[in-house]
Amino acid sequence: MSGYFKEIITGLKSLAIGLQITNKEFFTKPITLQYPHESVKMTPRYRGHIELVKDPQTGTHRCIACGMCEKGCPTGCITVQAEKREGVKGKVLTAYILNFTTCSLCGQCVENCKPEAINFSNEYNLASTRREDYIFNLLQKLHPEGVPEPEIDPELLKKEREKKEAAKKEPAKKAAAKEGGESKAEEKS
Amino acid sequence: MNELIRLLAYMLGIAAFLGLNLAYLGWVERKGAGHFQRRTGPKEVGPYGLLQPLADGLKLMSKQLVVPTNADRPLYMCAPILIMVPSVLLFVAIPFGEHLVPREFNFGLIMMFAFASMAGLSILIGGWGSGNKYSLIAGTRAVSQNVAYEIPMLITAINIVLITGSLDLNEIVRQQGSYIWNWNVFRLDKSILMPVSFLVFFICSLAETNRTPFDLGECEGELVAGYHTEYGGMGFGLFMMAEYANLVIGCSLTTVLFLGGWQCPFGLFPGPHWFLLKMYFLIWCFVWIRWTYPRTTFWGLLNLSWKYLIPFSLVNLLLTALFIKVF
Repeated sequence: MSGYFKEIITGLKSLAIGLQITNKEFFTKPITLQYPHESVKMTPRYRGHIELVKDPQTGTHRCIACGMCEKGCPTGCITVQAEKREGVKGKVLTAYILNFTTCSLCGQCVENCKPEAINFSNEYNLASTRREDYIFNLLQKLHPEGVPEPEIDPELLKKEREKKEAAKKEPAKKAAAKEGGESKAEEKS
Repeated sequence: MNELIRLLAYMLGIAAFLGLNLAYLGWVERKGAGHFQRRTGPKEVGPYGLLQPLADGLKLMSKQLVVPTNADRPLYMCAPILIMVPSVLLFVAIPFGEHLVPREFNFGLIMMFAFASMAGLSILIGGWGSGNKYSLIAGTRAVSQNVAYEIPMLITAINIVLITGSLDLNEIVRQQGSYIWNWNVFRLDKSILMPVSFLVFFICSLAETNRTPFDLGECEGELVAGYHTEYGGMGFGLFMMAEYANLVIGCSLTTVLFLGGWQCPFGLFPGPHWFLLKMYFLIWCFVWIRWTYPRTTFWGLLNLSWKYLIPFSLVNLLLTALFIKVF
């Protein structure tokens, strides 16, 4: 019988404590984040889709268009397009296309990249109803206002032009040399 | 003629009061739920989310009314109406102020209990008519719960009747003096267990209105949504509104019986504002309790009634009778 009353008293007490706790929570500030108006600051280790890293010295990407990311990608979602230009050392990146619909965020491309030109971004607001919205041109994303033209090295340009001219001249020389040889031969004969 | 105009005015007044309450108690509950859990609750629709009930109503009204193939069509259709009718009807007897009563019955208390017990029946009808086993289980649960909790509630109400000697709700309020120690909760000269009986009545009204922690009729963890699983659109809306109407009625009745209705706690300006203040305080307590306690188990619910509330209310009834006989 004493247990009966004890149970009632302890029960009522615990109920009162519960009410106190919720009352306290009621008067503390809500911790809701108003998502479309505000958003969370992601931690640096968050793995979003990959992005081209902006080099603080040159102000542009570090990609040398070697294509190792493209080769290492298990789903083949990366396409690197590059071309050779006059007066510029190495290849020039023209487009870096990531098809995010098939990307599994494995990070092979980031591992493979020798100049550390790509990294994971912090972007997570990627909801869309159209498939085309998930095909990113990372070069455009890095320079939304327009991709800067690569600097032309005048010395390299000069050397290249000379080489070209030399290359142009060479067949002519050879031909001339041939002709000369023939004429000599004729003379001999 | 005068009487007719008076009744029409009261009808309109009750409809407006009820409509406003049913719409905005939902908002209050959601806001309360949010802040008790350190969220903000509705805030996008209108300032502080005040237009949320309107948006909800529009959404519910624009939905198609689907009757399941297994359902007992007439029962299915009439259950939401049946649950709403007594809730609206009961406002007839509630004394908002000394002269602000739609109709003074000298048996108001009996009428309240008679119609309030219809809610259990209409829940059973809704549960049975849905042709769904979850709904049926919920319906039977609601009935056994209502039966279990009506007994201590009635016995506690008999206490009040013994003290005042009247079933007229306005008379019950009038007899509680205009000071806080004259209210029935604190009338220790009539029975020293009066605060306990207030607690018993409060717990019973929680259970009668099917609110958490006693919402076994619609516990979503076990029974999908209980008796209104198969209802969509305004059918569901009516069940929802009836819950809030019952909440208002339960709190009004507690206010009238125990907290001195329209009486002021310190003898100044008695009137409907005091009634509303007390009623809304009780409603706020209901919301507070709902977002504090988890749901009980079904046997726990029945045990509480049969092993604690009924013995306590019976002892209290005997004590009250003894006090009245002796003093």
